[in-house]
Amino acid sequence: MTTIIEVSDVSKSYGGVVANKDISMKVEQGGITGLIGPNGSGKTTLFNSIVGYHPIDSGSIKFENKEISKLQVPEIARLGLLRTFQQTRIYGEMNGVENMLISQPHRKMSLRDAFTVNKKEDYERADHLLEFVGLYEKRFLQSGSLSFGQQKLLEFAMALMNEPTCLLLDEPTAGINPTLINGLIDRLRRANEEFGITLFIIEHNMRVIMNMADHIYCLAHGEMLAEGKPADIQNDQRVVDAYLGAH
Amino acid sequence: MTIAKTLLYAVLLLIIFAAPFLFPDFRTQLATLWLMIIVALTWDMTGGQMGYNSLGNIFFYGTGMYACAVVGIAIAYPVAEYTNASGGGIYKFTDTQYFLGAALGILFAGVFCSLCALIIGYFTFSLRGPYFAIGTLGVAIAAGELVSNWDFVGGGQGIALPVYPNDLDEGKLFFYFLFAGTGIILFIFLNWMYKTRFGAAINAIRDDEEKAEAMGIHTLRYKLTTWAIAAFFVGVAGGISAYQLIHFEPLETAYQTINLGIFMVVCVLLGGKGTLWGPIIGAIIFQVFKEVTWNYLLGWQWVALGALIVVTVVYFQDGIMGWLKHTKPEWFGIRVEKSADGGANS
Amino acid sequence: MDQIMGNLGLLFEFPVVNLKIIIDGVMIGALFALAAYGLALVWGVMNVKNLAQGDFVIAGGYIAWWVAGLGVPALFGVPLAFIIMWGIGWVIYKLVITRVIERDLFTSLLATFGIAIMMAQLLNLMFGSDTQSVNLGYETLFFFDGFVDVPIAKLIGVCMATVLAICVIVFMKFSRMGQAIRATSQDARAARVLGIDTEKVYAFTFSLNAAICGAAGAIIVMVWVIQPFYGITYAIRAFVIVTAAGLGNLPGVIAAGLGIGALEQYGSHIFGIGYQQAIAVLLLLLVLVFRMIQQRRSRQVLK
Repeated sequence: MTTIIEVSDVSKSYGGVVANKDISMKVEQGGITGLIGPNGSGKTTLFNSIVGYHPIDSGSIKFENKEISKLQVPEIARLGLLRTFQQTRIYGEMNGVENMLISQPHRKMSLRDAFTVNKKEDYERADHLLEFVGLYEKRFLQSGSLSFGQQKLLEFAMALMNEPTCLLLDEPTAGINPTLINGLIDRLRRANEEFGITLFIIEHNMRVIMNMADHIYCLAHGEMLAEGKPADIQNDQRVVDAYLGAH
Repeated sequence: MTIAKTLLYAVLLLIIFAAPFLFPDFRTQLATLWLMIIVALTWDMTGGQMGYNSLGNIFFYGTGMYACAVVGIAIAYPVAEYTNASGGGIYKFTDTQYFLGAALGILFAGVFCSLCALIIGYFTFSLRGPYFAIGTLGVAIAAGELVSNWDFVGGGQGIALPVYPNDLDEGKLFFYFLFAGTGIILFIFLNWMYKTRFGAAINAIRDDEEKAEAMGIHTLRYKLTTWAIAAFFVGVAGGISAYQLIHFEPLETAYQTINLGIFMVVCVLLGGKGTLWGPIIGAIIFQVFKEVTWNYLLGWQWVALGALIVVTVVYFQDGIMGWLKHTKPEWFGIRVEKSADGGANS
Repeated sequence: MDQIMGNLGLLFEFPVVNLKIIIDGVMIGALFALAAYGLALVWGVMNVKNLAQGDFVIAGGYIAWWVAGLGVPALFGVPLAFIIMWGIGWVIYKLVITRVIERDLFTSLLATFGIAIMMAQLLNLMFGSDTQSVNLGYETLFFFDGFVDVPIAKLIGVCMATVLAICVIVFMKFSRMGQAIRATSQDARAARVLGIDTEKVYAFTFSLNAAICGAAGAIIVMVWVIQPFYGITYAIRAFVIVTAAGLGNLPGVIAAGLGIGALEQYGSHIFGIGYQQAIAVLLLLLVLVFRMIQQRRSRQVLK
């Protein structure tokens, strides 16, 4: 397996507060990597450093062997490193299909291509992916009127439409009805297997991440606490302590 | 549906062609109406469809005027000498010189304004929201002030272009159809563009630019392209205006920040932002209102205009189309989840 | 071009000319800073970017000019402009601003632009479009063989601006209302929870801003000239200063105000008086570009 994201010795502090200290980690191509940690452990800070939301103090972040720690958000996104938002962000005024069509991979389009009307295949692909996440019936409804869980599924479908190489998910199950979580896990796994998209998931819900990921990193107090297979992490006393200590 | 639509467009075309003959006394006003439609439609490209509210689109109008005039003069005489004499009637243009100059000038105005939009946009499109509005307003004001100090183009005196060579009434028709033609081309182009992927992408930038960036949309490239297209048409309209008005000067006619510069925004807000027909309807209402009331207001026109802006912005910002969309969503094919109660539970 | 080089050469040949330009610039800049402080106040407290700022200044100037014409001693124009503009600000707040506070920023920008157009046109209808000023009749002091002239009127103007600024600062720091204003600007919702009537705070802030601008205008009419359509330039200057200094940065606002006053004087000395408005606007663009580059370095945009 090749490494797709390589984070080495990244530090980031806000004012005097150290949010990330000398973090190093790797995301392997084609796998599902998880990032866990109690509240305030610096997960989201690390995530935002990778996608280019703020400058990092030191260290390096590489995506497909290209240094990205100095790039802007859109430049990073155009490399094929896509993210979803914890607070779901879809285009609420448009309906499901329109949302999907907007999410076509513009980074693969020249300006000439952009000035064309959507083809039949594009609609079919949109419909197919909406069916994949179970929103086919609701595809013509204004998406802002969908429930939060459905919006989250729509955002996921949009991300798939974009054909990313690597998808970063920020707490995909947060705020979702527990009965829907299993369905979502299943779809994430299938996206990984069928479309070959590398997944990097921040997750607070231990059960979810243990079920899904093949490699897990655990942060605590801004430092890398442990890494390994789900089973190892589950039995790691330090991880258990960190979680118990935080609650 | 399509038959009805074809019929509608046919009738509209007929009206457009018949109007200057039905109302021969109002040819200039009708031409101005087309100018308003053009600037409103182009303002809506960035303001309504892309979410970038420019207060400086008038820059392209003024620049178009000057670019067109300079080229139009330059094919016959040295520009500096000509402007130095303020036109003055000394310099005669043959028919060929006039029409060739106007044609080249108007085209050059469009292209030149597009280039300006690319350069200015490269800087201003990194600004968001109010900073963009103020930044573009700054560009327009600065340009007016600089041009009025630039003797090559006549400084504060402005430029006087040659008069239409033949019959004056024929001239009015000529300018009416120049404006109308530009407006129709613009409408057909936008009608198509808003349906393309590009149109969807600029809507995405309007609704959530951060998300659009995160989805890898070439935001800057699309913003620049949109503005450059808008600038092209405003520039062309400016060029036509330059020949229509014959004489113009920098601050009150060309870079008329508080005049046409704000009219276009009001037209779009009145008719409805982000729709194809909104700016057109708004421009028609505004222009009719202005022509009917202007002369009765006895110097209070501008105060009334300020009040109109305030009232529109504060009480009626969604405009006519926005209001229709709100009350009759089914006309626009908008469907909402029936059982949704705020969408909190899944 | 030759003229520009000549003007530049003058600065090096007679360094004392620099002193004159800087003194002039700082005196005018003090008044810019006042208007900018008002803008920062309104911007910070209720997130309204007021494009009518400059027209408040000009309106204040016309009030002072008008009462001076009636025979009232000119210096009384300053407090009078303060009071009258307070009332006008309050009316504008109740009619318009209160309805745009919660809306998006372009709404408030455009609404205040509409107000700016209305005010400029009203002033034009009432007082005509000629430039006006009030002659205080004081002498002018000369230094360095007459190279540096300081009219006493300008000195008085600067002193009054300083006094006004100090009063406002003391008021903001120690009075109950001032504290409420500062609390609201930090977190309006929290302030509401603590029982502060934010609507009242907003109305007060906006009126105070109009009053400060009015007083600044009344001083400007004594040391400079006003004209109904000069407003937008003052508004833009205020934006330049606030954008350069940032919100809630009082020393920054003062420094930027004085600096921009001096830069404008240098500009109009070098390029000629005709470029004065253009220079004010070009400074805005410069500051915006500079701030943009700064933000870009921290992977952010200016919004």
